Amino acid sequence: MSAKKLPRDLRRDTVKKIFVCLGPYKGRITLSILSAAVIVAVQLLIPVLTGKAIDLMIKGATEFAGVLNYIILIGISAGVSALFSWLLRISNNRVVYGISEDLRKKASGKINRLPLSYLDSHLSGDIVSRIISDVEQFSDGLLLGFTQFFSGILTILGTLIFMLVTNIRIALVVVLITPVSLLVAAFISKNTFGFFKLRNEIGGKQTALVNERIDGMKLVQDFGYEKVDMEQFEKINKEYTDATVKGVFFSSITNPSVRFVNNLVYAGVGLTGALSAISGGISIGQLSCFLSYANQYTKPFNEISGVVAEMQNAISCAARVFEFLEAEEMTEDPADPYELHIDEEGGDVTVEDVAFSYDPARPLIEHFDLNVDAGEKIAIVGPTGCGKTTFINLIMRFYDVDKGDIKVAGHSTRSMTRQNLRQNIGMVLQDTWIKHGTVAENIGYGLKGASMEDIIDAAKRAHCHSFIKRLPQGYDTEISETLGGLSQGQKQLLCIARVMLRIPPMLILDEATSNIDTRTEIRIQKAFNAMMEGRTTFIVAHRLSTIRNADLIIFMKDGKIMEQGTHEELLAKGGLYRELFDSQFVRT
Amino acid sequence: MRLLGKYMGKYRFQSVMAPLLKMAEALFDLFVPIVMARLINTGIGNGDRAYILKQTGILVMLGVIGLIFSITAQYFAARASVMTCSDMRRDVFAHVHELSFRDLDRIGNSTLITRMTSDLNQVQNGLNLGLRLLLRSPFIVFGSVIMAFTVDAKAAWVFVVAVPLLGALFYGIMLKTLPMYRDAQKGLDAVTEHTREQLTGVRVIRAFVKEEDEEREFSARSAELKRRQLSVGGISSLMNPLSYVIINLGIAAVLYIGAVRTDAGLIMSGEVIALVNYMGQMLIEIEKLANLIIQMTRAGASLGRVEELLAIEPSQKFGNAEVDDSGNTAVEFDHVSVRYNEGADESLQDVSFTALKGETIGIIGGTGSGKTTLVSLIPRYYDATGGQVRVFGRDVRDYRKDSLRDRVLTVQQTAKLFSGTVRSNLLMGNPGASDEELWSALETAQAADFIRAKEGLDTVVEQDGRNLSGGQKQRLSIARAVAGHPDVLIMDDSASALDFATDAALRKAVKGLGDMTVFIVSQRASNVMEADRILVLDDGILVGSGTHAELLKDCEVYRDIYGTQFGGEEAGA
Repeated sequence: MSAKKLPRDLRRDTVKKIFVCLGPYKGRITLSILSAAVIVAVQLLIPVLTGKAIDLMIKGATEFAGVLNYIILIGISAGVSALFSWLLRISNNRVVYGISEDLRKKASGKINRLPLSYLDSHLSGDIVSRIISDVEQFSDGLLLGFTQFFSGILTILGTLIFMLVTNIRIALVVVLITPVSLLVAAFISKNTFGFFKLRNEIGGKQTALVNERIDGMKLVQDFGYEKVDMEQFEKINKEYTDATVKGVFFSSITNPSVRFVNNLVYAGVGLTGALSAISGGISIGQLSCFLSYANQYTKPFNEISGVVAEMQNAISCAARVFEFLEAEEMTEDPADPYELHIDEEGGDVTVEDVAFSYDPARPLIEHFDLNVDAGEKIAIVGPTGCGKTTFINLIMRFYDVDKGDIKVAGHSTRSMTRQNLRQNIGMVLQDTWIKHGTVAENIGYGLKGASMEDIIDAAKRAHCHSFIKRLPQGYDTEISETLGGLSQGQKQLLCIARVMLRIPPMLILDEATSNIDTRTEIRIQKAFNAMMEGRTTFIVAHRLSTIRNADLIIFMKDGKIMEQGTHEELLAKGGLYRELFDSQFVRT
Repeated sequence: MRLLGKYMGKYRFQSVMAPLLKMAEALFDLFVPIVMARLINTGIGNGDRAYILKQTGILVMLGVIGLIFSITAQYFAARASVMTCSDMRRDVFAHVHELSFRDLDRIGNSTLITRMTSDLNQVQNGLNLGLRLLLRSPFIVFGSVIMAFTVDAKAAWVFVVAVPLLGALFYGIMLKTLPMYRDAQKGLDAVTEHTREQLTGVRVIRAFVKEEDEEREFSARSAELKRRQLSVGGISSLMNPLSYVIINLGIAAVLYIGAVRTDAGLIMSGEVIALVNYMGQMLIEIEKLANLIIQMTRAGASLGRVEELLAIEPSQKFGNAEVDDSGNTAVEFDHVSVRYNEGADESLQDVSFTALKGETIGIIGGTGSGKTTLVSLIPRYYDATGGQVRVFGRDVRDYRKDSLRDRVLTVQQTAKLFSGTVRSNLLMGNPGASDEELWSALETAQAADFIRAKEGLDTVVEQDGRNLSGGQKQRLSIARAVAGHPDVLIMDDSASALDFATDAALRKAVKGLGDMTVFIVSQRASNVMEADRILVLDDGILVGSGTHAELLKDCEVYRDIYGTQFGGEEAGA
């Protein structure tokens, strides 16, 4: 475990927040700590009771009543200890899993409140690992670490006090040998750390190679690259093996070495104890108790050094989780929002002097003006990176404009709630998104309580009914991004069906048919035409054939509108649009 | 398991010595309480300081020998387990090279990668732990019982009762919790999946205003996860307290019997202490043993998965013939059909055509019409299920794998590059190529300019070609194939990211490569129009074959495709 050290103030800050998280579990945590104290006390008591019982055993003069008394006390103690240790575990579980659940629920809500600028600029894998594994490591490591640390300290202190009280000489022997154990453990872990780092590095490289080559296995076989591939693999495999043998070996000598030191302590206690016993310093029962302690005493030392690393790791995991939970959220919706109903008010859209950029250093859209009448079809074309998709992001308020305003039906989109705005707009994107569930659930995603007839009807209009019927369980077939073996084109058709089920009064089609072959596209076009009828529609496409009937075509480049007009007007103009058209359709 | 024997055989000495030495160490551990008993009984009893000193000496010596044995054993165990798994990993990797494309499709990359990484690591850990503890832990447990008998046979009966009780407890709880842990893991997977979906689908979720629903579903899933974790945690929480109770009841029993026996003068207090110590040792080892069994079960499952992979027989057999490109017909399809799965529809139905040497063949059709299937039969990525595919007059199945794949090269739809340099990637198909040859391939692929603008052939290619654009990757992968000087070059929709002018220049350059037979697969009529012959596929059936002009006249599907792309009557918007 590589515990990264955090800067001091961040660490202090994180610890504070951790305490806030622990707040609701105050009672349980107190119970855990008390239980740990009871367990330690009882576990220290049992060897004492055992020793006392042994002292009562004398040939011919055994005090059976006394022995029996101690035995009963041992039984009770064991029962008490077991009970509390069970309580400790149960309550720890509740705290650990409870905190995990709390944090994850918060994180799930957080995802919904974060601006897309955050989500687009952070790898989803990284966010997932914060919400899943960091949360787990944090709650697990923190609490286990804490109780282990606490009971470890108590055990050491308790043993020391008892030994010092009973017999200073033997206690001194133990205290003197202890540092040896610590030194040995520290020495070994310091030296193994390097080996593990090396092993992890090479291991990372090997995994990367395996990933690359397995993913590219067809390429390897295609180009007859097997021999070279194998040579490269063997080289790194050998390096990895050597480093691993060293790492595994050096880390595995910790245990025997510490055990050896324990044996020394044990022998030392035996020696001094026996010598004291001869001179009458202690009884044999006390010696037996000392011997048990010698066994118990060194164990917490090893654990504590592990615990410190674990706690550090837990804190840095917590810091990552908090960082996510505290990321800046979207601006609040207005307190007194306007309620938009495009179907009643009409869907004219006005863009007034809008400026926007993802990165302040690189302006993208500036002085953007556009007037769209209700029911018009607007096509947006232009080279990659021209700002087409950005424009869609702004209309949907996935991103907010830096300057200017976008109005729908005469009302600023910022005067209404985002949800209200989006309820009025249907959207199909180039990147398909399939949720793990049945086909029917996926189509019915946008309309709660949609009937099976409605779903099948939408599927038919989106031309996916025929392939759905051929799936193993038809509409009940379980699908996800990877499950169910759907092609990109089929997934896109499902996403279209989703919108077909409940067609909002305004539409955005962002490369909605990019994965569908041209002939299916034509078949689906009829359905699209019916869908767009009377609705303000924004179409982003690179296939010009799909947009030529638009009421207005906007040619964008570098965030600016370069040309606008109908297909015929723009062709006649002989500008950029003409150039694009020629490159697609006319051969030189 | 048989597999494990085979691989460990190479490290037989280490594999045998490690557990034996650990057992020896355990033996020394077992002596300790006896020595201590003697030290107490004789040493203290007789007040014999010299004897006490001698026994302490023995204790230290036992410790030293134990340490030496143990460290040697750890070394052997580390070596044997790591090397065994390293050999397996190598063989798995080599085996994957032998698998056919169909095998690879069926198994899936992620499975292959997990088996080579986490599964083999799991095996290694299990093996390492097993070599160290499999003999030691039971040895200490049963050794303690036996030693107890040598100390005092009457009192030892307590052990005979305690051991099976502890065993039953551990076994029972493990049996009960193992499937519950799996359920909890599934619960965690469900939460993970939902988190991922919430992130990847954020635009759709917001567009459909489903935020609250998603949050509710997440809550339900994480509540279910917590429920499962708590219920398995509740049961496994019993393990420790209950075993503690059993051991202490055992100690109580030993004390009682010890009291009776001491009173009767049959044993002395030193022996009672020894018995108590053995109880303690046993508890520690049984805990380890339970842990070991869980680890070994997991490792066993992983080993099974690795074994399963190694046992897969490659589904293709290759012949011995060398490709001889002297003939005039490069590729022939003779009533070829392909059915990917039994009972499924045919992906390719009764296709016949001939491609002469030096010809350019265009292949066009909609998504799923069988274009890629058709060309993948030529280098034998897949085998025809009916009919015969011939390359230079011979059934492709006669050829040696490397000979056939050397002569037929494909540029795939998705350009794939390996990390390294431009040179190392270009050399893949032709290790002996000179720099001039590589540059000329880059020229053909229209890649020379941008490569020159970078650091030439030594330009670093990051993993997956991350530092290159889609179009650059495509051009490099074309150059890689061209540099291999194949007789048959297949370009499977491999120029989709190129702009029109570059694409046209590329096709022209490829055409000028002499008598190379070129297949161009595309959805776009503009890409295949100039080919010597165009094959039109529709739902796996060859519905047209001829030049552009011929097809426009005779083939409805082709007219359709052309019309939709070039603005015929049918085009709507």
